[in-house]
Amino acid sequence: MTKSFLRFRASKMLHSTEGSQLLEVSFEMEKGRLLTLYGPSGAGKTTLLRILAGLTDTRSADIEVAGEVWEDSTRRIHLPTPRRSIGFVFQDFALFPHLTVRQQLEFALPKETGRTKIIDELLALMELEGLQDRRPSLLSGGQQQRVALARAIARRPKLLLLDEPLSAIDDEMRFRLQDYILTAHRHYQLTTVLVSHSLPEIFRLSDEVIHLDKGLIREQGAPSDIFLREKISSKFRVTGEIVGIVPADIVFIVSVYCANTIVKVIATAEEIAGLHIGQKVIVASKAFNPVILPVS
Amino acid sequence: MIDWQPLWLSFQLAFVTTAILLLLAIPLAYWLAYSRFRWKVIAEAIISLPMVLPPSVLGFYLLLAFSPSGAFGHFLDRYLDIRLVFTFPGLVVASLLYSLPFMINPILSGFRSLPPNLKEASRTLGKSAFTTLLRILLPNIRTSLITGAVLSFAHTIGEFGVVLMIGGNIPGQTRVASLAIYDEVQSMNYPLANRYALTLFAFSFGILLLVYLVNHHFSKPNPLP
Repeated sequence: MTKSFLRFRASKMLHSTEGSQLLEVSFEMEKGRLLTLYGPSGAGKTTLLRILAGLTDTRSADIEVAGEVWEDSTRRIHLPTPRRSIGFVFQDFALFPHLTVRQQLEFALPKETGRTKIIDELLALMELEGLQDRRPSLLSGGQQQRVALARAIARRPKLLLLDEPLSAIDDEMRFRLQDYILTAHRHYQLTTVLVSHSLPEIFRLSDEVIHLDKGLIREQGAPSDIFLREKISSKFRVTGEIVGIVPADIVFIVSVYCANTIVKVIATAEEIAGLHIGQKVIVASKAFNPVILPVS
Repeated sequence: MIDWQPLWLSFQLAFVTTAILLLLAIPLAYWLAYSRFRWKVIAEAIISLPMVLPPSVLGFYLLLAFSPSGAFGHFLDRYLDIRLVFTFPGLVVASLLYSLPFMINPILSGFRSLPPNLKEASRTLGKSAFTTLLRILLPNIRTSLITGAVLSFAHTIGEFGVVLMIGGNIPGQTRVASLAIYDEVQSMNYPLANRYALTLFAFSFGILLLVYLVNHHFSKPNPLP
């Protein structure tokens, strides 16, 4: 068996408005992969990421990254956050209000190494060159996200941790920013752990998915294994969100928002049982072959 | 003729007190803001005590403590050759205690108003707590630092009860402007008292105005998220 790049095991009590539950997770990960933590809010995704970064205490944990012990409860080892080789992108980016884009990246470099080459490279890669002298308050959400990503990568960490980095961004921008994440992940051969609950995003970005629920790993595997495992073996499918269910004669018309349009699907009373507005669904068809036409 | 000595002494006292307080209050406020120590509320209450105590009460107990006939004062006098009663250093020590809450509280609320993940972000970038404090936290609470410094300075200039108790009104040594005004009034010399008062008034107003202008200028183009 090949030695894993990342070994993780942790247990911690999670306290939320819905009461307390135990987070009990262990997994391993290979170098250069992009792993997504997926699951309902309160499942412990962000907590897990914070434990990896050493920002949250645990009851017990063992973490090993690239042969280096970051956490070992039995030997009472706890490597403090600054000594872990990580890049962390926070949900609200946590940019420093008093520093310009360039200064944020310079701050991230280890003590005056003079490695300005990587800064120029990152600014170019993230298309931030024109904005490098601006402060965060003068940047849009998408621009801030790119700065946060570039800042996290600047010190060339062994592990990149992204906590729902695209949740504060509108859909159109989201798609382009996923490109930036993929580009950076591949260009710098990073090992990345991403928290996300957007199915299209997970499909696009991840090599591997861990489905967390109530503090436990429900499933783990490739995204297609996890999300497309249901009974149907279809030729055409999109994921979307139900935006309306309207009765029409003896059937129901379900409006599903997917791929930036609203699709109307006819469903029987039996089929809509258990469906509700806001639910994530898969629209699939197996009776016909879809045609692909270029959009003029 | 107006004697500038008391005004100059007031200014010196306020300047020295503010400078020392700034160095003292930053680590203390940092500890109060971020420590998980359970009983830190007690420390907070003690620090804020001078705000509610009559200055004469504070001055009285400091006088007892610093007096060479007391244990602490005796120790200072005998082994360190320091005498704090009726001396300028004594005034400084008393002023430090008296103005501490005016420096600590703005800085503390500055720290508390910062989003916690600024500190965390800096730590994930490999920076020590000290670097984080110096390069991330302090620049973002600049306005709180200025406010704290101004309040402490103004508060020390305006001291009366404590300096009277501990300083004893010695010309050239502990006779600060607020005491000089009181003296002139006592000896019915109203015009001179008026001159001291007016100078103090104008000076205080000028400093406050200047600082708020600077503050306003700083905080405008750089709003916190």
